[in-house]
Amino acid sequence: MTAAASIQQTALNAGRQPLLSVRGVKTYYGNIIALKGVDMDVHEGEIVTLIGANGAGKSTLMMTIFGNPRAREGTITYQGRDITKMPTHEIAHLSIAQSPEGRRIFPRMTVFENLQMGASINGMAHFDQDLERVCTLFPRLKERLQQRGGTLSGGEQQMLAIARALMSRPKLLLLDEPSLGLAPLIVKQIFDIIKELNEKDGMTVFLVEQNAYHALKLAHRGYVMVTGNITMSGTGKELLNDPQVRAAYLEGGH
Amino acid sequence: MEIFVQQLINGLTLGSIYGLIAIGYTMVFGIIGMVNFAHGDVFMLSAFIALIFFLILTTWLGISSVVLALFIVLIIAMVLTSLWGWAIERVAYRPLRGSFRLAPLISAIGVSIFLSNFVQVAQGARNKPTPPMIRDVIVLFQGESGYNVAISYKQIIIMVVTAVLLTIFWYVVQKTSLGRAQRACEQDRKMAALLGINVDRTISLTFVIGASLAAVAGTMYLLYYGVVSFADGFVPGVKAFTAAVLGGIGSLPGAVLGGLIIGLIETFWSAYFSIEYKDVAAFSILAIVLIFMPSGILGRPEVEKV
Repeated sequence: MTAAASIQQTALNAGRQPLLSVRGVKTYYGNIIALKGVDMDVHEGEIVTLIGANGAGKSTLMMTIFGNPRAREGTITYQGRDITKMPTHEIAHLSIAQSPEGRRIFPRMTVFENLQMGASINGMAHFDQDLERVCTLFPRLKERLQQRGGTLSGGEQQMLAIARALMSRPKLLLLDEPSLGLAPLIVKQIFDIIKELNEKDGMTVFLVEQNAYHALKLAHRGYVMVTGNITMSGTGKELLNDPQVRAAYLEGGH
Repeated sequence: MEIFVQQLINGLTLGSIYGLIAIGYTMVFGIIGMVNFAHGDVFMLSAFIALIFFLILTTWLGISSVVLALFIVLIIAMVLTSLWGWAIERVAYRPLRGSFRLAPLISAIGVSIFLSNFVQVAQGARNKPTPPMIRDVIVLFQGESGYNVAISYKQIIIMVVTAVLLTIFWYVVQKTSLGRAQRACEQDRKMAALLGINVDRTISLTFVIGASLAAVAGTMYLLYYGVVSFADGFVPGVKAFTAAVLGGIGSLPGAVLGGLIIGLIETFWSAYFSIEYKDVAAFSILAIVLIFMPSGILGRPEVEKV
């Protein structure tokens, strides 16, 4: 997407209610504060990325959106609905899906069963169709359907985690470090798939990444998080060219 | 030889009962990592429920077919015991979830004491016998010494009922979405919630399933021994727990296998050595197995890819 187009997109979004909106969210682990008042929006049809160093609180924000851990202050709204205090499993029923940190696939279930778990929200309606689709996106999984999740390689587990999230046909897909520990070629594949999902299916994607270069190139907009605070935001291109971002996250190889 | 076959039959019958109880321990441990010490007393309670309804059906309602009465009793006992299992989890364990690890364990011991005392007060402290139910036996063969190897109808019923229910149970856990949700919660509760599974409800369901299988065991126990007392939860409970650990706690086939092994050890030891030391034998085998296989026979060692 060109800079002009992405600015246009941002302008377009300005007047609309965001799909997901995070306002002043503070999250604690016991007495330790992890998020110090985060504000963030994701609009429909966007790819938004959140970059930051280890321990900045990116994954915490991801999980806080799902109410685990729960935000102690602030509000999270999705489609205009306050979900701050909603139980995690009910949030999942609002067509938000997450591929969480550490992949968290069920190790003693087969790949097929893992995918079934992903589809359980909509009661397995159009399961076969969706299975077909994720198998086209990730042909690797098709070969391994009857294999137990725990026996897959790291990259395959990552694919499975994303595929499982897709099985519920989410409107908003949260991806936590899909590139973690993967070979560059597979990272590229996965980013291509994210782009395809966004452009073809109109899926909104919120992407947490340490691989800042790829993430910012892909995303329409980005946020930078430093120790529990959002310190910068802008279009992907703006952030990519920002000297501070470059110095902190991009120099020294992508 | 005759004694061997006879004890094999007896041991498998006893082992089926232990296996059914052991599943309750192993499932609960699998999903919330807690040893439900009250489970043995739930089993005892179910035997009392079965006894009461058996008497109601046969003496008051005049059902003459024992098999029919037993069938109805089994269903009633399963339903009522499930309610107890559900209520116990709700009242005694759920409020303590997220608290320190020992809290639910202590609570479980409390529930155990409560249940046995409740039954003692409500039903009296003496053994409660059932009217004779099924006494026919089939003589399989006769040894040269005149020792008859026999299998009783009771034993056949116990083994068949156990096998059928375990098959149904296995099907539910492996093939239905309920079972899948149950296994998912067992492997990763946080992730299951992210996928829209109501974890609390799944845990309740686990207690309900465990209690209903304990009720099957309770009814079979009553049928087999024809007598039950308020204190009968303890020893079978500990044995079944041992069976679960022996088979590998957390493993469902392990629980059944462990139950059968404990049942067999007990009966063979009683037959060949001394009946007084049968429990010592069962627990010694447990100790020995755990030295060489710390995670039990079918338990999985804790290695998982991260």
